[in-house]
Amino acid sequence: MARIIWILLLLTFITSSWLIYTRCDEKNISGIPDEHVKQGWKVWQEKNCQGCHQIYGLGGYMGPDLTNVASQKDKGPIYMKVFIQHGTGRMPDFHLNDSDVNDLILYLAWIDKSGKSRVPASAVEWTGSLDIKN
Amino acid sequence: MNSVFRIYTFFALTLLLVTLAFGLLATWAFLYPEAYNRFLPFYQLRPFHVSAALFWIISGAVAGVWFYKKEEFPKIRVSELLANTFMITWMLTILSIFGCYAFKIFGGREYWEFPPILCLPLLTAWILLMVAYYIPWYKSSRPKPLYVWMWSTGIFFFFITFIEQNLWQIPWFRYSFLREVTVQWKSNGSMVGAWNQMIYGTALFLMVKISGDASIAKSPKAFFFYFLGLSNLMFNWGHHIYNVPTAQWIRDVAYIISMTEFLFLISIIQGFKSKLDEQRKFKHLITYRFLIAAEFWVFMNLLLALGMSIPAVNRYTHGTHITVAHAMGTTIGINTMILLGSFTYMLGIDNKTEYSKRVINVFYWISQYSLGIFWVTLIVAGIIKGYRTTVLQMDNFNEIMKPVFQAINILSYAGIGLIIGLGTISIIYLKEIIKKKQRILEYNNNIN
Repeated sequence: MARIIWILLLLTFITSSWLIYTRCDEKNISGIPDEHVKQGWKVWQEKNCQGCHQIYGLGGYMGPDLTNVASQKDKGPIYMKVFIQHGTGRMPDFHLNDSDVNDLILYLAWIDKSGKSRVPASAVEWTGSLDIKN
Repeated sequence: MNSVFRIYTFFALTLLLVTLAFGLLATWAFLYPEAYNRFLPFYQLRPFHVSAALFWIISGAVAGVWFYKKEEFPKIRVSELLANTFMITWMLTILSIFGCYAFKIFGGREYWEFPPILCLPLLTAWILLMVAYYIPWYKSSRPKPLYVWMWSTGIFFFFITFIEQNLWQIPWFRYSFLREVTVQWKSNGSMVGAWNQMIYGTALFLMVKISGDASIAKSPKAFFFYFLGLSNLMFNWGHHIYNVPTAQWIRDVAYIISMTEFLFLISIIQGFKSKLDEQRKFKHLITYRFLIAAEFWVFMNLLLALGMSIPAVNRYTHGTHITVAHAMGTTIGINTMILLGSFTYMLGIDNKTEYSKRVINVFYWISQYSLGIFWVTLIVAGIIKGYRTTVLQMDNFNEIMKPVFQAINILSYAGIGLIIGLGTISIIYLKEIIKKKQRILEYNNNIN
């Protein structure tokens, strides 16, 4: 009996995994990343930006969440460029070249298009669930 | 075999010390970045801390499974050879990972910040472990108690989730950021469930040994909770990404499954009285003390997890230090306590003199109180950040964080307490591994 339950659960796991891989983002609003975005993504990983910053609230707590920094009022590409190129008291200067800085900004702009990190109060349903429209 | 295993257990326990040391350094780098940025910046210290913690838990879990499985399965020479190769490859790869961090060579993602090429030796090592474990498992004709089911499940699902964790290296998975982040946190969440299966299996094994009651690993109730745990391993990871605009059904499934954790909570409350009787009987055993501490932290973290699993509540807690409180509460309070209980049993600490046990007991309580302060401070820090971000809708990060830093300051003192408590216990146990290697030798000989 236990073996049957185990196998049934495993089959459900495999099916749900497949559905998640193929159906979790059918619209793909931000589109397929171009070479600049991919390069920016690589810089993000190689400099371990995730160690200090969050995307969708996931990551380190040293710096702010950067999911929507590209479209935030008073911020945007120039603001980002100054921060990345010079650092701050809390953030070290990584001495990135112009090309890497621009690619990093393009990567963050690409993420920004995928949705909003902060969930508005209006998204809360009576069941306690969230209805997030992309 | 014996010497490799001894080095492996020594290595695993040393990882706990590394975790504690880098955790405290990272806290100070968080509070005083200007002083640290030139030499040891936070973004470099955090991977040391996180990876050491991760590998302490996984390595410690495997140490327990490998040590105790001898009682369940026949000894096969080829299996021992494979296990040795696993241990050596595993340790060397972890050392290489720390070498990369020392030279600021990154390239991975959250929790796995090292260059992804190093996942290959880790995966190879794990496959060797699987072969070494499953050959005797298959050949054993004895009915398998629940803890064997749990060990087998944990080893198998670590393999699955480790591969899933690396799917991002296939370009298709990166064509959509939402897919990428969903799969990443699906695998991360399930992987925690996988090592929990190994560790909880060990806790159950130890309870059977302490109580002498084998029926607790065979009862229908125990199997019911095993399957509930397995369902949570497979499907209860969605709370990590409630705010990500992925498909709605992913959120709903995760929400429903996570609420089944109430059954664990009810079961703990129901069993409270019998636990008191049990405690009176076994409280003189250090192994038991670690297990009962883990049970307390299971209860506390379940309360927190259940709150965070309600999406409407998660809206306030996500991305705050409440998430960190949950991570620390489970990895230190539950995983580390069970693993230290397992090491206590392996090293025969319960047979030591009353004086030695009293010394360990003092540091045990220092650890518990420090962890309590640490945990509560993180929750307070999280409440402050959640309130300022979600209720007050503040945008300026420095303004949001001002009162949070005060809480983190208190936390750093609790961190010192944890280093004193857990660190001293680890050092005592490391000395035991060096001194009393015959305990492991005797055990192996008896089994043979």
